[in-house]
Amino acid sequence: MTTETEPLLDASHVAKSFGAVRALTDASLTLRRGEVVALMGANGAGKSTFVKILTGALRPDSGTFNIKGRPARAGSPAEARRSGLVPVYQEPSLIPDLNVADNLRLGGTPTEPFRRWVAELGIEGLRLTDMIGQLPLATLRIMDLARALASDPDVVLLDEMTAALPTDLVEKVLATMRAQADAGLGVIFISHRFAEIAHLCDRASVLRDGRTVGDLKIEPGVEDRAVELMLGARIDLGSRAPGEAPPPRPAGPPRLRLSGLAAGNKLTDVSFDLHAGEVLGLVALEGQGQDELFATLAGFRRPTGGVYEVDGRAAAFGHPADAIARGVKLVPANRSEALLKERSVRENIALPFSTRMRDWGVLRMAHERARVAEAIARLQIDTRAQGEVQRLSGGNQQKVTIARWLAHGVETLLLFDPTRGIDVRTKRQIYDLVRELAAQGTAVLYYTSELQEVPLACDRTVVLFNGRTVDEISAAEADQETLMRAAYGLSRTRAAGVSA
Amino acid sequence: MTRVLRSNLWAIGLAVLLLVLLGLTKLIQPSFGFNGLESLARASLPFAFATAAMAVVVIVGGIDLSVGSMMAVCSVTAAVLMTMMGWVPAVAITLLVGLAMGAINGSLIVVTRVPDIVVTLAMLFVWEGVALLILGSPGGTADRALTGMVRGWTGPVPSALLLMLICVFAVWWPLSRSKLGLSIYATGSDEEAAFRSGVAVGRTRVAAYAICGLYCAMGGLSLVMLTGIGEPVPGPYLMASVAAVVLGGVVLGGGRGGMLGPIIGVFVLRIIRTMLTLMGVDPNVTTIVEGSIMVAVVMLGGFIMLRGRKT
Repeated sequence: MTTETEPLLDASHVAKSFGAVRALTDASLTLRRGEVVALMGANGAGKSTFVKILTGALRPDSGTFNIKGRPARAGSPAEARRSGLVPVYQEPSLIPDLNVADNLRLGGTPTEPFRRWVAELGIEGLRLTDMIGQLPLATLRIMDLARALASDPDVVLLDEMTAALPTDLVEKVLATMRAQADAGLGVIFISHRFAEIAHLCDRASVLRDGRTVGDLKIEPGVEDRAVELMLGARIDLGSRAPGEAPPPRPAGPPRLRLSGLAAGNKLTDVSFDLHAGEVLGLVALEGQGQDELFATLAGFRRPTGGVYEVDGRAAAFGHPADAIARGVKLVPANRSEALLKERSVRENIALPFSTRMRDWGVLRMAHERARVAEAIARLQIDTRAQGEVQRLSGGNQQKVTIARWLAHGVETLLLFDPTRGIDVRTKRQIYDLVRELAAQGTAVLYYTSELQEVPLACDRTVVLFNGRTVDEISAAEADQETLMRAAYGLSRTRAAGVSA
Repeated sequence: MTRVLRSNLWAIGLAVLLLVLLGLTKLIQPSFGFNGLESLARASLPFAFATAAMAVVVIVGGIDLSVGSMMAVCSVTAAVLMTMMGWVPAVAITLLVGLAMGAINGSLIVVTRVPDIVVTLAMLFVWEGVALLILGSPGGTADRALTGMVRGWTGPVPSALLLMLICVFAVWWPLSRSKLGLSIYATGSDEEAAFRSGVAVGRTRVAAYAICGLYCAMGGLSLVMLTGIGEPVPGPYLMASVAAVVLGGVVLGGGRGGMLGPIIGVFVLRIIRTMLTLMGVDPNVTTIVEGSIMVAVVMLGGFIMLRGRKT
């Protein structure tokens, strides 16, 4: 592709590793004046690393990165800003304990243009003496954008800026950015909502596994191509044994019933039933409310609305111990949240026995040992380094977090991305274990950021989008494409006649 | 005007508390008068500087456990220098020494990324050793001109109080109106947001610790002025300064509070001690009462703030 005009921003063959983990191998992005380019990618494609490099928060290991033809020696956000690129993040970067005027002074933003932009973007009645910490989040996001525009940038990068913004403000933001682009601004736009991308962008650059795999012109039907590019060639994780068809939808009352569940402003309307003996997949892109959902189910926070029932009884848990007592057990994504890293495997598995005050006495070690040994054997945990959990591999640590609930007996298991960062063999063991638990009557809720896991581990799937459940997909239909489309807020199938 | 009132609400509340306590003291001990006020001002002097030093680093989101030791280094430095030269260069050099020590503390924290509480705990011992190397036992001298500054009255104000207010606010007032001051509050409030707003977070932190060191130098000088000699063993200023900072409405963790509150807090804590002594309360009970009052005031204040925010 050749152009007559010099690109405004030109990043090519950018690579970045963190220790042994190669987050980016070959990422490229060009942006010309007046263009709006979407940066797309599935979870873990390297999008956030690339954004950090573009905004100067990280230095690339290799590759070139020019802004207006000059190398962007971006060592910090301040330097990136000076070279003309101003980012607007999902979380507003305003100082909560300072007022509006002081925040502007801090970044050297001129006041008058800022006021004009705030008004144009649809926020009224903002005073310069207002404290940031007391303003609503939507206002802060708009202020962050207004601050960026007021500094007269060449390129604006919007990173998930429209997430959790009310619809009318999203429309204002999109209209304003389009108008600014038409006047010569370059815009990099990141969003999990394909409708916004289609509405605003000229092109989409797609990242997969740390490399840029495509540059698409936005036109009708492009979403199919984008989804294909994001998924790419599939890694074979094995398949379910043929005879092992998913069991018919269990009859009888559900173990978990959610109806219109809400918690805070990120989780607004979640409804589904979870029955004993089934594995229910949950699919969502980052930040669609899954963290809040799991926190609510496990009793870390109280729901703010809707119905949450366990075995037909209301379950407004005030403490994780309440959830555990009712048989609802969580395996969190971050293993360090669940494990005592400096303690032994045995103590970690035994820990949940001791949550009640009357259990504070002497541990019955013989009894304990038998249970723990059984759980270890069942999960094939490599116990050569069992003295300290932190010396185990990630996969074995994850098995310990699951084993602690097995030893205890579990009726409802909440798995939050349980295979994140572990090897393929252990992944397979975990799928087998999940299936086995379900066959024994456990109800499992399985959130995963890897779509290819869904058909392997789950019986059916619900999709969470923007804080609400939007779709339910059975295991037979749950191919990655269908799931990815649903997760990006697209209708489930391709246009009529095109479906595979 | 209302805005100035509101942002200093905590300090104003504390000032009212201080006045009430002064009134109570007068009731308990009718002879408490001008002499009592003057000696209160003198006794509070080193505590006020230690508190100012601590306030700056707490606002930037850190803490400095070596405040007392740095004061000791500056005290002996000044006392020894004054045996060799006039008081003006001696004071100037001492202030620079304080600034440098603070900058070293800050740089170590920023460069090594070791938590501030660990670095400054280590530096507490380092500076303590340095003070003892400079002067093995109390000694040195203080210029008459200096010791005279903290005695008696200047018009209607105790001289010690006037000197303290001038020194503390001569640094704080311009600072709090500068970009650096803003950066200090920003860094303490939300480091990530400050970084993204273009604040040089590391340099800001070093600067805050350097200013802490400068206030410690003033504190060390005040000790020499009060006693006429240099004292290499640190006094009880570390915990007292943390207490006054918290009482003064500065939030541990950073970003919130000012300088007026902590300074008034120093006097509140001092006057409580004076009152209890006048009442003949067992000194061991005194510390229990002090601690309880601190918790009560901070809890009450938090409660009032919460109420105020909701309405």
